[in-house]
Amino acid sequence: MNQESFYRLAGRLFEQLQGAEHLFCDLGCESSDFVRLNQNRIRQAGAVRAAGLGLNLIDGERQAQASCDLSGDLDEDLNRARHLLGRLRERIVHVPADPYLNFSTEPSGSERWVGEDLPDARAAVAEVIAAGAGLDLVGIWASGEVQEGLASSIGHRHWYGGRSFNLDWSCYLEADKAVKAGYSGLTWEPAVLAGKLAQLRQGLEVMGRPARTIAPGRYRAYLAPAAVAELMNMLAWGGFDLKSQRTRQTPLLKLVRGERAFDPRVSIREEQDRGLTPAFTPEGFTTPDRVTLIDAGRFGTCLVDARDAKEYGEPVNAAGGSPQSVGLDPGDLAPAELLARLDTGLWIGNLWYCNWSDPNDCRVTGMTRFGTWWVEHGEIQCPVKVMRFDDSLYHLLGDRLEGLTRERELLMDPGTYEGRSTESALLPGILVSGIELAL
Amino acid sequence: MDALEQTAARFAALVPACDYWTLRLVEESSEHLEVRQGVVEPSALGESLGAMVTVVVGGGVGYGATSDLSAAGLRAAAAAALGWAAAHAELGLFAGAIYPRSSLRADYRSPVAEPWDSIGLADKLALLQDANTALAIDERIVDWSAWLAWRRVRQLLLTSDGGHIDQVWEYVSPGLAAVANAGSQTQHRHGGGADWSQQGGLERISAVGLLADAPRVAAEAIALLEAAECPCDTRDLVLTPSQMVLQIHESIGHPLELDRILGDERNYAGTSFVTAQMFGTYRYGSDLLNVTFDPGVPSELVTGAADDDGTATRREFLIRNGLLERPLGGRLSQARSGLSGTANARACAWDRPPIDRMANINLEPGQGSLDDLIARVERGVLMDTNRSWSIDDSRNKFQFGCEWGRLIEDGTLKGLVRNPGYRGLSAEFWRSLDGVGGAAAREVRGVQNCGKGEPNQAVYVGHATPPGLFRNVDVFGGGE
Repeated sequence: MNQESFYRLAGRLFEQLQGAEHLFCDLGCESSDFVRLNQNRIRQAGAVRAAGLGLNLIDGERQAQASCDLSGDLDEDLNRARHLLGRLRERIVHVPADPYLNFSTEPSGSERWVGEDLPDARAAVAEVIAAGAGLDLVGIWASGEVQEGLASSIGHRHWYGGRSFNLDWSCYLEADKAVKAGYSGLTWEPAVLAGKLAQLRQGLEVMGRPARTIAPGRYRAYLAPAAVAELMNMLAWGGFDLKSQRTRQTPLLKLVRGERAFDPRVSIREEQDRGLTPAFTPEGFTTPDRVTLIDAGRFGTCLVDARDAKEYGEPVNAAGGSPQSVGLDPGDLAPAELLARLDTGLWIGNLWYCNWSDPNDCRVTGMTRFGTWWVEHGEIQCPVKVMRFDDSLYHLLGDRLEGLTRERELLMDPGTYEGRSTESALLPGILVSGIELAL
Repeated sequence: MDALEQTAARFAALVPACDYWTLRLVEESSEHLEVRQGVVEPSALGESLGAMVTVVVGGGVGYGATSDLSAAGLRAAAAAALGWAAAHAELGLFAGAIYPRSSLRADYRSPVAEPWDSIGLADKLALLQDANTALAIDERIVDWSAWLAWRRVRQLLLTSDGGHIDQVWEYVSPGLAAVANAGSQTQHRHGGGADWSQQGGLERISAVGLLADAPRVAAEAIALLEAAECPCDTRDLVLTPSQMVLQIHESIGHPLELDRILGDERNYAGTSFVTAQMFGTYRYGSDLLNVTFDPGVPSELVTGAADDDGTATRREFLIRNGLLERPLGGRLSQARSGLSGTANARACAWDRPPIDRMANINLEPGQGSLDDLIARVERGVLMDTNRSWSIDDSRNKFQFGCEWGRLIEDGTLKGLVRNPGYRGLSAEFWRSLDGVGGAAAREVRGVQNCGKGEPNQAVYVGHATPPGLFRNVDVFGGGE
């Protein structure tokens, strides 16, 4: 579905409204190719063409919501949407006034287009397989268009269209000995793929050395940006949203209360100005370019969606409670000095399956995975067998933080649970004087 | 002829030239009602309808999924499937000829005693309001909510070999949550069916005691604020069924998935410490460990007639008397590996292809009650209701946390402990299983958020289990 057909569908629905009714229509659309790879061959390949419509009917102080899939045919979709609108109208008289109903009453409009020319998916996958010859390459190619739209009877018209690819893959040597990479973006460049594969081949050479088994305990460590992303994901899980803060569920409660602090070099922001995600909310609000979530180690500003804004009397600054374009400010560690600064300890390429061990103390557990090395006297020695860490972020981003790298890496989320994600993270690596390994 | 059959007929008139095809039509309806702190959250209705066309042609397999069920839309989906089948024929991991074919004709309907619509919206909201009132017992309860979720999924699977499988699953899922806080200590407690899902209708509300459970949930959240931290040492561990569900899921179910063993999931969900050579010889656990793939337990989450490849479901032992027998793999994985398997090729929706998933993975009963297990513990801890889960990519090194813990001394439940957790190795943990409750203590539960696959898929998984007793487990509590 394109912008014009969505606005036409919404317009026809607005003609059906009665009395003081308002209607917000939001659209989520994707046209994607998905190709799973295993042993550098195609395991499972296909295409998905999906479109979903969300309706929020507002009548006075009441609201009711519904969603349905769209076919792309205006008459058919109008029938489905009208049916849904009828059901909402029947329901809304049975729901009480909603004290937290909150929507933009000022018409507004925006358009954001990301990406232009996509590679042909079949040709690109064939290139990946050819370039990966001799490797046990496993992962997924995803590419295509993602579209989000908003139209309201008040006059909101917002549109986001993105074309991108995301190749998320790893190369295995044996069992769980593997290195990982990602190549995502808006413009496909075979030379970039070749460079990343060359790096992986180097990593596999190290991975071929006998793995070291280390005992539980505290180790110096460098966490690469992909590993830091897992820690940011944990903070995004209830750490920044206003409701979690006001109901004292946030894992950053001690930070909020001023009982603990991160290192002053730690500043975390929602960076919407990166331009990769829609900059509007389903209620018609536009979101700011930047929100400083952690400001020089102290709690900054919460993410506030429309409902929480009304409940707690704060301005709207987000579509939801977790960041979509998180950024951690860089530090001053130069890439060339990382190994020397680490000296002896762990180079952690990726973390995996993190969860809260004790949220009251911001304590996280998770696993090392992919490209984790033992380093001695500034030289990578060998891979390390997977280890479980269990440590507080008040330490890893606080009293044990030695530095952040000067360069940041842009990581595009390969997630596809609710369609292809448009989220991203721009993160440095971090050097810590110790990370607690528990198992 | 209903809408799905009409769509099937439309597709029949335009089927592409190929060796084999399937058309999987999925129609889903849902409704979510929630009252938080006495305020009705926006009620949400959901409707979804779409199709996946899979084709086998020229030695390749491909799929095309669409929400456009017009002739043009179905034709476009078939064309996309043909295109990817051609790519697979050239660059595929296996020959399309081994793709499983089905001519099965079968039906399934969830047992529903009280239909969702038999009670009006106002009465449902009134029930949730009453539950809210019962949760708000103390100013230390800083957040609370009660919800009712309804979901109905109808799937019609048709194949070029004459297969016609029409299945309808229906779920009503109630739940309660209470959050208590004092200073910088916050504790959660869930109940009212929050982690006790089954197929069925509104009868699930009374079965899980939504309203009656509210005072307990709130009181226990408050009690946890003042409880001691769970000790950090090695002791015996009794897990109630609510936590056994998670333990079975993560450290038996996932490691036995054949697509992990075949390497498909290594980039995302992970591989497995279990290898193909272990089946038939590997001692997974103590003699008390009997685990089945059981699609026949009434009302369990994934009870049904067939999987999404069209394979008829059948009960199978995965582990018998502690010995590993059989992996969880659909017919495609079976053909690729040469191993036996189960009917567990499942897709989460019309826009995702079937892969190996858990379905109903159950621990068979032993003997006695929960109290009988506790009576056998000299020094231990009981844990209930999962709140944290983490396990390595081989599904071996795990760490799990629970909402609720009670110390056990000399066969008797003692003091409450907060932030209880434990960690271990799947390969060793089940060998320390020294007690499994009997049939009367078994609870039919499951999880509604099992994630896996590229592209990602989240599915329901059923687990029926009694409580279990494990010896000498590393346990711990909270704090930095």
